[in-house]
Amino acid sequence: MIYVYSFLFCGIICLIGQVILDNTKLTPGHITSLFVIIGASLDIFNIYDKIVQFIGGGALVPITSFGHLLTHGAMLEAKDVGFIGIAMGMFDFTASGITSAIFFAFIFSLFFKPRD
Amino acid sequence: MEKKLYEKIVMNHKPKEHRLRNALISFFIGGIVGVIGEVLLELYTYYLNISSSDAAVFMMVTLIFLASLFTALGFFDKWVNFARCGLIIPITGFAHSMTSAAIEFRREGFVTGLGANIFKLAGTVILYGIVSAYIFGIIRYFILGGI
Repeated sequence: MIYVYSFLFCGIICLIGQVILDNTKLTPGHITSLFVIIGASLDIFNIYDKIVQFIGGGALVPITSFGHLLTHGAMLEAKDVGFIGIAMGMFDFTASGITSAIFFAFIFSLFFKPRD
Repeated sequence: MEKKLYEKIVMNHKPKEHRLRNALISFFIGGIVGVIGEVLLELYTYYLNISSSDAAVFMMVTLIFLASLFTALGFFDKWVNFARCGLIIPITGFAHSMTSAAIEFRREGFVTGLGANIFKLAGTVILYGIVSAYIFGIIRYFILGGI
C-alpha cells in the first residue's frame, strides 16, 4: 500500500508542476523554486514530517522535501543554540544531496563530452 | 497593431502542446520515480541494517548519482524532454541541471567555465530554498516561539 501512496503523491506533485508549466509562461526553474518554497513553508507544525510518515519514501523524492529538510535542520538547531542555529543547521540534512550532486557533476564533466 | 498581428501569427504557428497527454505522462513518470525511491529506501533499511532516516540519505544520493550518470551518458536529456515535470520536480531534476551545466561549460575552462556556471540552472533551487527557509525560520523562532 505504501508503494501506491508513494506513486500517487509523487505523481500528483509532478502533475501539478506540469499543469503550471503548460498553462503559464513560467519556466522549469520557476516551478522548482516555487516547490522548494512550498516545501519550506510546509515544515511548520511538522506537517511535512507527518506526510513522510504516512507516505514513506515517495514524499522524500520531490524537490519539496529539499525545502522541508532545509527548514527542518535550521529549526532543530535553533532549538538547541538559539537564533544563530538557523544558519548553523540549515544544511544538516541536505548537505549529502548538495555535496554529492556537485561532486558527481564535476567528476562526470571530466570524462564525458557534451552531445547535441 | 502590427505587434498584435505578429503575436497572432506566432500563436498560429506555435506547435500545439498536448496538455492532457503531457500531464498524464508526468504523473506516471513522477509516480514511478517515487516508487523507485520507496523501493530503494526499503532495500537499504533491510540489507544495510540502518535507520530509515539514514536510508533516506542513501536513497537520495543514489537517485542523484543515477541522474548524473544518465545525463553524462547523454540519454537523460531525451527522457526529460519526454517526461518534463515528471523528472524535473523529483530530486533527479536537480542533479540533471547541475551535471548538464557542468558538462556544457567544461570546454570553456575549469574556473571561468565549469566553476562559474555549474550553478547556472541549479542555483535557483538552492538560493530560494535557503532564503525562504531563513525567513520561515526567523518568523517561527521569533513570532511563533520555535514551533
